Amino acid sequence: MTRLTELTLAQARDALKARTLTARELTQAYLDGIAALNPRINAYITVTAEKALAQADASDARLAAGQGGPLEGIPLGIKDLFCTEGTRTTAASRILGDFTPPYESTVSGNLKRDGAIFLGKLNLDEFAMGSSNATSAFGPVENPWSRANDPAKRLVPGGSSGGSAAAVAARLALGATATDTGGSIRQPAAFCGVAGIKPTYGRCSRFGVVAFASSLDQAGPIARDVTDCALMLNSMAGFDPKDSTSVDVAVPDFAAAVARGVKGLRIGIPREYRMDGMPAEIEALWQQGIAWLKAEGASIVDISLPHTKYALPTYYIVAPAEASSNLARYDGVRFGKREPGADLIDLYEKTRAAGFGAEVRRRIMIGTYVLSAGYYDAYYLKAQQVRALIKRDFDLAWEKCDAILTPATPSAAFGLDEKHDDPVAMYLNDVFTVTANLAGIPGMAVPAGLDANGLPLALQVLGKPFDEETVFAVSGAVERAAGFTAKPQVMA
Amino acid sequence: MSVDTAAIRRIAKLARIHVEEEALPGLAAEFNGILQWIEQLQQVDTSGVEPMAGGGATALRWRQDEVTDGGQAEKVLANAPDREGEYFAVPKVVE
Repeated sequence: MTRLTELTLAQARDALKARTLTARELTQAYLDGIAALNPRINAYITVTAEKALAQADASDARLAAGQGGPLEGIPLGIKDLFCTEGTRTTAASRILGDFTPPYESTVSGNLKRDGAIFLGKLNLDEFAMGSSNATSAFGPVENPWSRANDPAKRLVPGGSSGGSAAAVAARLALGATATDTGGSIRQPAAFCGVAGIKPTYGRCSRFGVVAFASSLDQAGPIARDVTDCALMLNSMAGFDPKDSTSVDVAVPDFAAAVARGVKGLRIGIPREYRMDGMPAEIEALWQQGIAWLKAEGASIVDISLPHTKYALPTYYIVAPAEASSNLARYDGVRFGKREPGADLIDLYEKTRAAGFGAEVRRRIMIGTYVLSAGYYDAYYLKAQQVRALIKRDFDLAWEKCDAILTPATPSAAFGLDEKHDDPVAMYLNDVFTVTANLAGIPGMAVPAGLDANGLPLALQVLGKPFDEETVFAVSGAVERAAGFTAKPQVMA
Repeated sequence: MSVDTAAIRRIAKLARIHVEEEALPGLAAEFNGILQWIEQLQQVDTSGVEPMAGGGATALRWRQDEVTDGGQAEKVLANAPDREGEYFAVPKVVE
């Protein structure tokens, strides 16, 4: 038999149902992998081994009785941005201290309801602000992949869901929850050679997810392949009255859509995504993806998204503005860390200076500035108007196409010691992903090839609002054509 | 638009984040780098464009104005850094 951690989620689910595998065996295999490799990869901030094994035994009892949910006995990692009742939730920040939520996020609760087992809480950029996982107060995550010509160089897993992507790639979780505000699911999935989808805004409840930028944040899965993502999203998604922006629409069978094929679909290729200075291998991968879909019967349509180049600067006004408001709650009074002060104001200022890392402080201050009197119209209002134009670009594009194919990232994973001096250079990582957050549409990263150094590269599929099924259909076709079977150097 | 150290001091105050004097010039330089980059939005003609607030296309839901939750003082206070009975405790505010 193959190693237990090599099974995909779909294979493990079938083996568990057939009782050829127990949830305890599978969970123990993952816990063994975590014990061996997490000291190096640092994907988990908190490992909940005892709880996981207790959950596994309960799953085995249900499975033995012929019961159990769609994810019964499946061991997952949970990004440490999702509140988990009774288990410390840090957002990778010092300011949350030993915060232990007395409630469960809706998304993690949905996974539990369907029988999933939680191995622990996964590392991330502090408050999900970053593209390298280097801003975590719990230390950086190491990408399990390395360059063929420089195997000793430690690479970033991407961010902010760096722990989620690295854990799935290194076989330290069968799948993971993640969140995406500007590319935080798709960029790390691309960097780690795994699949990840940001669903439509409103598809997954934000209740109990530590807020960064509420009009952009959306939860989604990172998993070994497209089908596994679909199975996880089927459980995670759904209407929730506790989130006022949750949309009351039916959750279709995403997994069934993966095999649908692309025959007759119109795939848009946005000319503005051909960036100056884009590496030749990214362009080549994109052309390859176009050829694959054409061969599968899709028609290729040239489209224009003229405001693409303004998406990142728009994001870096809207997201910090919302963050400065959301993060006002961390004041050392109701929960989390407190630094003593001479008076209440001094307590706030000292607590927030000591509790937040440099990138979070920078973004709160940028957000405070663009919302402040005299600058609101020039920055914030202007950005909201450009955001409307970016959304309109997509609305017009859907008249010509059913889905859009782009590269996922402008490069493969970079070194842990690179790009940290210039915030703007780091922000450019999200150039292909951020538009989907601004427009509220679904987007998926699918591993599609390797660069010259053997590092994974991914394509991105964008779809219409609430049409994740077409995104899964196109992603499934890309996955089948790419036949991506490469594995990272470090793996349980 | 560019900011100087006095502006950074004012923004830090508004954001309730303590910043040491010697850190102000470095922050101002970072700020100006970012602001210069986002300045390109001024090139976009947005006359008559309705600003997009929120991330979804659908209108926010309404519900009955009624109590749906409550009576959980212990859970609410469970993570408090300091408390007095059923209250959060802070340093003296009124002399």
